[in-house]
Amino acid sequence: MFFDHFNYWIVVILMMIGLYTLMSRSNLVKKMIGLSLFQISVFLLYISMGKIEGGTAPIVSNAPDVLYSNPLPHVLILTAIVVGVATTALGLALIVRINEAFGSVDEEEILNSEDSL
Amino acid sequence: MEEFTDIFLMLLLVAGSLAVLYVRNLFVATMLLSAVSFLMALLFVTLDAVDVAFTEAAVGAGISTVLYLGTLALVGSNERPTAKLSVIPLLLSLSIGGALVYATFEMPTIGSPDTPVQTSNVTKRFVEVSPIEIGIPNMVTSVLASYRGFDTFGETTVVFTAAIGVLLILSQKHIRRREDDEEDSTPRPAVSVEKSHDQVGSPHDLIPHVVSKILIPFIFLFAFYVQFHGDFGPGGGFQAGVIMAAGFILYSLIFGLHITKQILPLRVVELFLAFGVLLYGGVGIVSMIKGGNFLDYNVLSADPIAGQHIGILLVELGVGITVTAAMLAIFYGFAGRAQGRGKDVN
Repeated sequence: MFFDHFNYWIVVILMMIGLYTLMSRSNLVKKMIGLSLFQISVFLLYISMGKIEGGTAPIVSNAPDVLYSNPLPHVLILTAIVVGVATTALGLALIVRINEAFGSVDEEEILNSEDSL
Repeated sequence: MEEFTDIFLMLLLVAGSLAVLYVRNLFVATMLLSAVSFLMALLFVTLDAVDVAFTEAAVGAGISTVLYLGTLALVGSNERPTAKLSVIPLLLSLSIGGALVYATFEMPTIGSPDTPVQTSNVTKRFVEVSPIEIGIPNMVTSVLASYRGFDTFGETTVVFTAAIGVLLILSQKHIRRREDDEEDSTPRPAVSVEKSHDQVGSPHDLIPHVVSKILIPFIFLFAFYVQFHGDFGPGGGFQAGVIMAAGFILYSLIFGLHITKQILPLRVVELFLAFGVLLYGGVGIVSMIKGGNFLDYNVLSADPIAGQHIGILLVELGVGITVTAAMLAIFYGFAGRAQGRGKDVN
């Protein structure tokens, strides 16, 4: 009974750690890391929903009466992971450029240097 | 027993993420994030999502770590300690978290067979009809490449666009270089000396050199296996593309970026990047010319199932080529940036 929703709680905890990292840390790379954590937690949410008790991976086997987990969340998350790394790369590329323009990747330092201009 | 493993892995995940949050050195945080990704991949295996686990291990724990390290080589890995307390973010996170946990009590029990996810007609179609209709054992591949082919086309285009974006952002170094040259002309010979030194390779690199020379052919072979065996087992274009790119990135890290660029110039990578998307779209156009809908593979051959096989093979190949080229283009962007500043990522 206690473990019925355990996966979902872990998802929420991971998501909130990611969100808190994103909001509280001023280093831009650390913010991206927080965003990655948030993203990973969403993956777990989808995959948990596709799981079926006593099921197996959705690849047809010849054994009789096999129960397969739902392939649809797998498809959605598989593509989301690859798209996620591509967008992360875009964010990191922007951070590299910000560092070249302002000499810092710290949000507060960048804001201060903008004010002093 | 399986539940015990699940719970153990999930607690490790939480511990890992908390460590990522508290660690001040970004290098350590990146390695911990990589470990968290790998734990997540293990968890996906226990949750029956083998294809996803495959991708997460290759992308989350592999490529994305390389990208973070490439960025850290450019921007430095020390996080400035913040003096002010972040009370509002903490309260906000806790209240959102509380609301979400409250919402989970309305969710159905995990793994029960009568949830809306499992009883939906779409699921029945995918699980029961797809092996007959599409004729390939791996349901994930048939859903990915055939039923949701249009969606996957969109995803491939996103990867393509992101790679173009990274190249645009990180390849504007000509203006900067000229500025540097005006300031002083001495760095130029220094760079060329460094390059010729790199080509020889320093003696303490001997073990990585030998090991990677043995390893890289097998990485490529494995990538091809994953690409073309994706219909029957876990695998497919996305995973194969990432593994292929990982092979090239390993080569580049050991032997230097300029040698990799001699083998596979950026120009060629850009061509492959576009070719993959065009191949995918081309399959759709051909199926339209043959009288079907966009990406309707049934019309590609006289026998619908053979048509599905041809379509899925070509589409997966398009995805694989685009993902390989995109990952390589992104890596070239970061590594080239580091080299332009006189540093190398390795």
